[in-house]
Amino acid sequence: MSLKATLKNQKVQASPHRKPIGRVIRDNRILMLMCLPAVLFFIIFFYCPLPGVYIAFTNYNFRDGIFGSPFVGFKNFEFLIKSGQLWALTRNTVLYNLAFILLGNVLQIILAIMVNEIRCSWFKKVSQTIMFLPYFISAVLIGVLAFNILNYDTGALNALIRSAGANPVKIYSMAGIWPFIIILCNIWQQTGYGSIVYFASICGIDSQIIEAAEVDGATSWQRIRYIILPSLKPTFIILMLFALGGIMKGNFGLFYNLIGPANSQLFPNTDIIETFVFRTMMNQNNFATSSAVGLYQSVFGFILVMFSNWVVRKIDPDYALF
Amino acid sequence: MKKNGVKMTASTAVVRIISYICVLFFSLMCLMPFLLMISASFSDEGIITREGFGLLPKGFSLAAYGWVFRYPKVILGSYGVTITMTVFGTILGLFLIAMTGYALQRQDFPFRNALSFFIYFTTLFSAGMAPTYIWVSRYLNLKGSYMAVFLQLLMTPWLIILMKNFARSVPYEITESGKMDGADDFKIFIMLILPMLKPALATVGLFLALGYWNEWYNSMLYLGSAVTYKPLQYYLYSIINTAAQLKSSMAGAAITITDLPSNTLKMATAVVATGPIIFLYPFVQRYFITGITIGAVKG
Repeated sequence: MSLKATLKNQKVQASPHRKPIGRVIRDNRILMLMCLPAVLFFIIFFYCPLPGVYIAFTNYNFRDGIFGSPFVGFKNFEFLIKSGQLWALTRNTVLYNLAFILLGNVLQIILAIMVNEIRCSWFKKVSQTIMFLPYFISAVLIGVLAFNILNYDTGALNALIRSAGANPVKIYSMAGIWPFIIILCNIWQQTGYGSIVYFASICGIDSQIIEAAEVDGATSWQRIRYIILPSLKPTFIILMLFALGGIMKGNFGLFYNLIGPANSQLFPNTDIIETFVFRTMMNQNNFATSSAVGLYQSVFGFILVMFSNWVVRKIDPDYALF
Repeated sequence: MKKNGVKMTASTAVVRIISYICVLFFSLMCLMPFLLMISASFSDEGIITREGFGLLPKGFSLAAYGWVFRYPKVILGSYGVTITMTVFGTILGLFLIAMTGYALQRQDFPFRNALSFFIYFTTLFSAGMAPTYIWVSRYLNLKGSYMAVFLQLLMTPWLIILMKNFARSVPYEITESGKMDGADDFKIFIMLILPMLKPALATVGLFLALGYWNEWYNSMLYLGSAVTYKPLQYYLYSIINTAAQLKSSMAGAAITITDLPSNTLKMATAVVATGPIIFLYPFVQRYFITGITIGAVKG
């Protein structure tokens, strides 16, 4: 290698950032081209709609379009706050998510520990396959399955009540019972699949520790209490924190398909931000109100994610998202 | 593992027995709604309207399935649309995701962090339902077009991150050896990297395929009744909801729709719309497990 080339190489290695930008682009043009379709995809479907949040500050009408419609400032938000809708929606969304997260994670841990106790391998395999199944069906089908059990005329639950000689119940008009049904459906769908993460970390425990405990005569319960549970703590905390970061985001598919688009007597107990946003947009064509609620959700959701990521970074920077 | 069964203390035995019972119970709970649906679809409409659904079919009948396929063009058309979208969407999406994921984990690619964040940011802040809807339907002019559904499901930030994490496990020496032979990055990706990413492709591909198969949301927003053949899950959605509508509007006029077995028909449609994925699922579930264990915690 000539002296000049060596020097040049050293220079490049010593200060790689000194490379002129045109050169960097030319050197990496193929890698950049490989990312181009994905970048275009996100520009078209996620970045381009962003200026549209301006609708939240207008009295949007179809004829004038986004930027032609009259500007009304924070009027849309004012109305939502004064009518108490924004508070009710936020409360429902957050409370449902809290129930999903807390109950869900606790049950997932319990399930993972129990599956780990099972020694019969075919039973383990078959039960796991069955428990994962609900996670892979569409939200529409969940609505169908629930309707099949709960409806007044032909539902399996009411068939059971009738055959016992009691009076059937109109579950689809009892608002108070729906929080329990929705939480139950969410647990039904998520617990099996969600337990895999915990199950994987149980399997990752050093087998020597467990064997040593067994030699010392530790019972199953002591093993769970003093080895397995403590080892799941970091996973639990991290998953909880990330879940809490998403506490403003609701599962539209689940709520919409369980309740249906028009069963308004249930809405006080079952309406979350997503279902409200969808309904005001599609049924009432009120794009301004819909956008206002959506923007409120995005802004607060953003703050919450940033905050939870900041906390995760404090605990263990390896797990932080960015 | 078997050895510790020899000398089992009472407490260990109790924990085991409780575990077996609870896991069995929860498995049955997971399975029951499906069994109810299947038995309902094979039931006789007359008995169902009197007695309601049960765990076993009441008066075995294939009438509901007869109705599902009475106008076979509709349901087969829906199958056609969903299968076409699933196949092409999965292949195209998988290729683009793999290409991006590989490029974004290359340590010698100076823009990797900036581009990763550019993609990841879309999960942190989004315009929301209404602005997106207006943009896609009014400005991209995709209302009533299958493309509105097909394109929006092509990739997600989570799947790109998942692919990136998988691609990290391919040693950099392989890329380097390709460079030595004078291949450019795209050629290296196609010839050397793609064959090594098979487990990743299976995992990400299955998530993509599931997304297309279960799709109903974009169809509801952008297709509505504008297309002759609705994607399968959206077709199921409209059967459920129009049948309910039909019933509520008929009840007021005191007319009975004598022929239409609406209750069992809904369940038969649900079985037909879900069927293939349930049969396929036990064979592919291990890839989903890899997906969540690799992609769940670490971003």
